Formats: sequence, C-alpha cells, structure tokens
Amino acid sequence: MIEIHRLSKSFGDQQVLHDISATFHPGKVNFIIGRSGSGKSVMTKCTVGLLEPDQGHVSYNGRDFTAMDRSGRKSVRQEIGMLFQGSALFDSMTVEENVVFPLRMFTDHSEAEMRDRAAFCLERVELPKAAAKYPSELSGGMQKRVGIARAIAMNPKYLFCDEPNSGLDPQTSIVIDNLIGDLTAEFNMTTVVVSHDMNSVMEASDFIHFVHQGQIAWHGPSDDLLHAEHPELEAFIFASKLMKKVRSTPPSKP
Amino acid sequence: MGLFFHIGRYVSFLRSVLRRPEKASVFRRLLAEEMAAIGLQSLGIVALLSVFMGAVICIQTAHQIGGWIPVYTIGFTVRQTMILEFSPTLIPVILAGKVGSNIASQLGTMRVTEQIDALEIMGVNSAGHLVLPKMLAALLCIPFLVILSMGLGIGAGAWVAVSAGLSSMADFEYGMRIDFNAFDVTYALLKTCVFALIISSVSAYHGYHTSGGALEVGRSSTKAVVYAVVIVMIANLLLTQMLLG
Repeated sequence: MIEIHRLSKSFGDQQVLHDISATFHPGKVNFIIGRSGSGKSVMTKCTVGLLEPDQGHVSYNGRDFTAMDRSGRKSVRQEIGMLFQGSALFDSMTVEENVVFPLRMFTDHSEAEMRDRAAFCLERVELPKAAAKYPSELSGGMQKRVGIARAIAMNPKYLFCDEPNSGLDPQTSIVIDNLIGDLTAEFNMTTVVVSHDMNSVMEASDFIHFVHQGQIAWHGPSDDLLHAEHPELEAFIFASKLMKKVRSTPPSKP
Repeated sequence: MGLFFHIGRYVSFLRSVLRRPEKASVFRRLLAEEMAAIGLQSLGIVALLSVFMGAVICIQTAHQIGGWIPVYTIGFTVRQTMILEFSPTLIPVILAGKVGSNIASQLGTMRVTEQIDALEIMGVNSAGHLVLPKMLAALLCIPFLVILSMGLGIGAGAWVAVSAGLSSMADFEYGMRIDFNAFDVTYALLKTCVFALIISSVSAYHGYHTSGGALEVGRSSTKAVVYAVVIVMIANLLLTQMLLG
C-alpha cells in the first residue's frame, strides 16, 4: 500500500499541490485523473521521489519514503517499476538489454538467468521476437510494452504508469490497459496510473483519485465514478460527445 | 546570483558523479565504451589538425627568420609551440567542440526523453552511472591524444622543413633539442588533465540539467562548448602562471 499524507509542492510562487492525501491499494489499479495542469504528474513525481515535496510524506507499506536517506530510497526504488509517457527506453540498447538492465545493476544473476528473465518478461507482454531490436525500430505501442516488460523485470511491488496510452490508437490502448490490469492481479502489485483518457479509466481502473487544482477533489471505486455528484468531475468525465451520449442513453434491459 | 547558483549546483552534481559506481563490471564496460568514443573516435581529427598545424608553424617561422636568426630556430619554435600551447590547449579546445557537444547532447536527450528519470526510478545514481565513465575516459584518453599531437606536429614540421628546403634535418633536430626542459612536457600534460576534467564535467553538467525539448538540447550543447572553452582558457592562464610564472 502507498500512502500520501498532506503533500504540498510549489514551483516559485505557484503552488501546484495543496495538502494532498491519498491511499493506493495493493492488487488494484489506482488511477489519478484530472485535467492537464491539475497537478497529477507532480503528485506522482513526488510520490516516486523524482521531485521533493515541500511538506508531507509518502510511505510505502508503512516505510516513510520522504524521510529516508539515499540508500533507504534506493532499496525502495528497487521495488518500484515505472512506465513513462514516452516509454523512456535506453535507445543505445536493444530491447533485451533494456529489460536486462535493472537485473544487471542490482542482482547477481548469471547472464543466462538474466536472459531467461528478459525472455519471460517479453513473452508476458507478447513481444518475444523483439529482443534483438532497438527501440527506434518499434512502434509506440510496442515501446510501451517493452517499457512494461522492463518495469516488471525486478518483480516490483509497485507499478507506476504515466499516461500509458498517450499517442496510441484506441485498440492498442486497450491492449496496454488490459496488460496493466492483468499484471497487477498476477503480481499483486500496487499500481498507480496517471491518465486523462476516459476510455482507459473505464477500461482498467479499480479505484480513482480525481485531482483538481492541486487537490484530491473526489476519490472512490471506479463503479461510483459515473454517479459521482461533483461538478468538476462531471465536467471532466462528460467532456466528450461520446461520454455525453453514454450518460443520456438509458441502460438497456437485460 | 546565477553564477553562484550554477557553481553550487555544479559542486553538488560532482558529488553525485563521484560516488562509488553501483556495479564494477557495468562500470568497466561503460568506461571501455566511453574510451572508444572519446579517444579512438577523436584520433583522426587530432592527427589531421596536428599535422597541418606543425607544418604551418614551420613555414611561418621560416618566413619570419632570416639574417642573423639561426635556421635551427624553426625546429625550436615548432617544438615549443606544439608542446607548450597547441597540443595541450588547442587540442582540448577542439575536443570541447567535438566531445563536449556530444556529451551534452547525449545527456540532454536522455533527460528530455525521461531516460535519466528511468535510471533514478530504478535506484541507479544516474549522474554517477552516466558521467563518471565519461570523465574518467576523458582523463585517460585526452593526454594520450595530446602526446600523439605533439609527436605528429613536430614530425610534420620536420618533414615540411626538409622537403620544402627551409632547413636541413640536422638544423631542425638541433633546434628541437636545444634548451629542452622536460618540465615543459609535465606542465603540458598536467594542464591537459585539468582541461579533460573541465571539458567532460562542464559538458555533462549542461547536458544533465537540460529541461524542455529538442531546442533546449541544442542550447545545452552550445552552452556546454562555450562554457567549457571559456573555463579552459581561464584555467590555462591560471595554471601557466602557477607552473611557469
């Protein structure tokens, strides 16, 4: 479980996060949703330690991450996998080397064991034949899947995904969403997904935090999302014509 | 204020860079790759420039001497210019353009495409992992390039002097040996080592702290070269005053 307690963050005079608190549940896909500039990416970066919060703390299974020294954080980070918006694959390495990289850095596995693990992870994301390719030779969706394979290589307890569907077509997005959902259940990870893609939210989320103007304006299980009575959340969810149509269409009789 | 901010951030950056590498085997491999990139891939340009500079210095010196100035001055001038200034200062300045911009743009691209964040998330000390092999490779390779440059420049000078009839080989050799002080070579290599560290660390600093997109990567690369060259020139003055003044 990841707990965020009264987190605040400013850049100069601009306060981006205001006293934010949230809990991300294990074995669930926890979504952070909100408009562009609402503070969801800053919240995630503070959670994983890429940004230092001005106030508040973050704990991973009760361990106060914000209070830890470098070596303490290093050990927690080895339990974290992250899928970046642009995949962030190392472009000088092949796909297999990308997946092997964290194992090479932090384990004493033999070369054969590392290759086996990479093969398993690539198999799991349905890219067994891409091992020898370079990231530049892959499509956006394939790069995302390699990013997921690298993120799960160390058997993480926590998986963060920053806009996993950005730049992908709807069908590939669903493949990525399902993959994230399946892996979360399979490895019992605490998964946090940052997104403003409502299709993705409806497809993959178990629990949702809606960030508005640097605060958690609404949170709850995904089943409650469409019935939430919150003006900003409603405006966000039903912004598109498709979602407006979904709301106006009465449920069909069984 | 900006200057103090950058000095502070540079010192803090160097502290991160100089931490013990995560894994020796990975570090050795990265070091070998960087030595190939910084050393081997610079051999051609260093050799070319040194040969032409040695030849030009020889012709210019021959053009200026005459009458009471002895011909062996050509060998003396070529030696002194190559050892004291051209090889240890101008070769690093040229490498600041080639190697420095490469380091800055590589790290800048890694920063804007979140590859550095990916390393940090994994628990890797990204500054140490990416920059220390580059700094060490520069420190090991650039002095060798400078020694090579000295040899090639003097050799080219001798060849031009003899083949163009500017001096006999005996006169050139005599000039090369006259009043030779071995400390000049030590001085040259000492300042080369300092310049190698300046070029690699200043370029890495600018690349590592890039923010934004492709435009900023280009800006970081330009800044890296400009700042590295300016700092090399200031260090050159200070070191020359300290060691020879």
